[in-house]
Amino acid sequence: MTTRTTMPAAGVHDGWRLELKGIGKVYPGVVANDGVDLRVRAGEIHAVLGENGAGKSTLMKIIYGVTRPSTGRMLWEGEEVAIENPAQARALGIGMVFQHFSLFETLTVVENVALAMPDQPDLGALARRIEEVSARYGLPVSPRRHVHALSVGERQRVEIIRCLLQAPKLLIMDEPTSVLTPKAVRKLFETLRQLSAEGCSILYISHKLDEIAELCHTATVLRGGKVTGHCVPSDETAASMARLMIGKDLPHCAHGQPRAAGEVRLRLAGLSHASADPFGTDLKDLHLDVHAGEIVGIAGVSGNGQQELLLAISGEEAITEKHPVQICGVEAGRMSAARRRRLGMTFVPEDRLGRGAVPSLSLADNAILTAARTRALVRHGFVDFGRARRFAANCIEQFSVKCNGPDAAAKSLSGGNLQKFIMGREIMQQPRLLVCAQPTWGVDVGAAAFIRQALIDLRERGCAILIISEELDELFEVSDRIAVIAKGRLSPACPVAQTSVEQIGIWMSGLWPDPESGSIAGAEAVHG
Amino acid sequence: MADFPLRLEPRAEPSRLMSYLSPLIAVVLTLVAGLLIFSALGKDPVQGFRLFFINPVRNLYGVSELLLKAAPLMLCAVGLAIGFRANVWNIGAEGQFILGAIGASGVALYFKGSGGPLLLPAMLCAGALAGAAWAAIPALLKTRFNANEILVSLMLVYVAQLYVSWLVFGPWRDPMGFGFPQTEMFGRDALLPNILTGTRLNAGIFIALGALVAGYLFMQHSHTGFKMRVAGEAAGAARYAGYSASRMIWIGLLCGGAAAGVAGMTEVAGPMGQLTDKVSLGYGFAAIIVAFVGRLNPIGIALASLLMALLFLGGEQVQQHMNLPSSISMVFQGMLLFFLLGADVFINYRLRFGRATR
Repeated sequence: MTTRTTMPAAGVHDGWRLELKGIGKVYPGVVANDGVDLRVRAGEIHAVLGENGAGKSTLMKIIYGVTRPSTGRMLWEGEEVAIENPAQARALGIGMVFQHFSLFETLTVVENVALAMPDQPDLGALARRIEEVSARYGLPVSPRRHVHALSVGERQRVEIIRCLLQAPKLLIMDEPTSVLTPKAVRKLFETLRQLSAEGCSILYISHKLDEIAELCHTATVLRGGKVTGHCVPSDETAASMARLMIGKDLPHCAHGQPRAAGEVRLRLAGLSHASADPFGTDLKDLHLDVHAGEIVGIAGVSGNGQQELLLAISGEEAITEKHPVQICGVEAGRMSAARRRRLGMTFVPEDRLGRGAVPSLSLADNAILTAARTRALVRHGFVDFGRARRFAANCIEQFSVKCNGPDAAAKSLSGGNLQKFIMGREIMQQPRLLVCAQPTWGVDVGAAAFIRQALIDLRERGCAILIISEELDELFEVSDRIAVIAKGRLSPACPVAQTSVEQIGIWMSGLWPDPESGSIAGAEAVHG
Repeated sequence: MADFPLRLEPRAEPSRLMSYLSPLIAVVLTLVAGLLIFSALGKDPVQGFRLFFINPVRNLYGVSELLLKAAPLMLCAVGLAIGFRANVWNIGAEGQFILGAIGASGVALYFKGSGGPLLLPAMLCAGALAGAAWAAIPALLKTRFNANEILVSLMLVYVAQLYVSWLVFGPWRDPMGFGFPQTEMFGRDALLPNILTGTRLNAGIFIALGALVAGYLFMQHSHTGFKMRVAGEAAGAARYAGYSASRMIWIGLLCGGAAAGVAGMTEVAGPMGQLTDKVSLGYGFAAIIVAFVGRLNPIGIALASLLMALLFLGGEQVQQHMNLPSSISMVFQGMLLFFLLGADVFINYRLRFGRATR
């Protein structure tokens, strides 16, 4: 079998580093890409913009050789190529930084980088090269540190350096800013601009329109697997790009009026808990009240105790005492997740596949996972699959989940659509308390607006809602009050009207005024 | 790094059809390999094939023997499948089978002569309880100390074998049995009724079929069965839904133990009519293969246990008529599992020739 077909280009090499012509990819039941054309020049920062399920990830996987296109041609520096695997893509000069990092926690930075090398390099020499690259591009990382001790932003730097060591001509960045603080985003943009100035092309996948307008030279917009437009982001407004992306105007969330606080539905009364993960963050003396009819947001850079807090609230990890977690007036610290649900809580975890949903099971089966009791999907110990299907179908309709119906396997849905399904499943159970992690993480603007509106509507109906998110804009859009988690400690919750993105940004590094003494509380947070 | 010129590449979409076909492919490959083995041993492969697969079922008596052998396999396998679906790996059905036989025999011997119609149900319960109790040991150690249930359940098989030997050589030995390691024969009311005159087929097959139906309802339709499927497919989702992991372990092991115990009861109350140190012919281990060949599905298990029973009977035939060692049926069992696992690899992976490019 041939691994690579190379033939002279028909025309003259006209300066395009990468050209895609009519790329199509068909999965059973889904057309992921349909006649996609895309061209990138040397040194160009090119945005690939699109809703979830628009085919961005599939397209990037085709370029990086993870999957192969069903139709179409790919030209690399004017020559037709068929990229069969990522190793071949790297050999051509294509690097990719994934949304989810693939680093070994127990190894050092230099060891992790060495693992990706085709032959075994000398670690000392490699460490020096890492230092060179990190100094040159403003990506401070010390090669001898262990990965578990690094913040998310530092881990991303390691991934970028790993790509840069191969001297790539094209770097693919998949939603790179979703895990960074505003300050770290600025630094990343500086690095990317420097790379671009040196002639490296960058494909920048994102749904954050303001970032694209600021950073990218050109943009290709995808919708439903097809290219719906090419544009120069600096000439466009966020609204006009959103229109290209979703085919209609961006929906706006109508926030309800603030109202008198209802009863306390969730109370954290001095929650302290040591993380079960040796590289996790211990929770230290957390206090918080969430009332009926309000949305409380918790901001923070990931890895500052959000996971541990969610596990402690959901009951997936029971704590040793009863009183620190109170749900609807009941001390629930030692209750299982199922018993806490019986008190009227529903919960949306940050991982969708494998936690919020069983990948191999159908959506109807996945509805049974949490709605068995509230929606009476089980009678006399036996599952009523008909009712489960109807509930799932209802949820698919109300939350406009794109899928092949209630019998579609959860893993066949795109991330955003599965998120909509899980949100729908939890919201349609009419909870008294909804705890929700990253409600719109990786979800496109149209679906994100829809989910936020659903959360606000639920609040209007008197539900207490706790949202833990890394997206500050989102928290400011939907929350009544905002608190910050840093290094396992929780700041006081502050009414949105009395604070600002800047102030919360400062709090995110662990510095907030101590309500009792008025001084600045110590702890330096993990920052990106 | 030297690359092997063959490599396995994950498939994007594992075929659902092939996951049902792979047991059939494994059967065909086992047959082909069997023919080759017969040839290699200097035996006529066609005669070997006929003796192995046709002769055992050429008449009604043969079919009844097939069902008699298949019944305990069905029982053990359906119980194991419940646990296997939740990733609870009970490898000790053989030991639970023996304990079930001991429990049932104890009741039969204690009430000998004063039994009546309630004796058989009592033996059934005793068998189920004894098997479940034996399986409770790995469950307890797993949930309390996270001891590996594969090792604990397997090692308890050997303990059970020694225990039954001690009983039939010692306290339970038939005083009139000329010193053979066996108990006295059970009374008439302690034997499962024969359902086909002229054969040894007894009501045990109905118990097995009942267990298959119950297993089907439990696994496919009950909420607990659903929870166990979730626990096996995605432990994180089971935790999220609030399903207790230790409950899954207890249910998986107790169901497997109880079913194997009932199988042990049908054996002593059926064809044996007494307890001996050779009470199990490897049913508990063979049932592991049956469960997987049957795709952990009760209907598949019914078919797979018939196939496995045929391998037992065919092995006896070639042993008698072709002077082949008794281990020949173990060879066939091993080949069947080997080819099944091999075929399953290709459901999820494809074979690629040529070196991986770097």
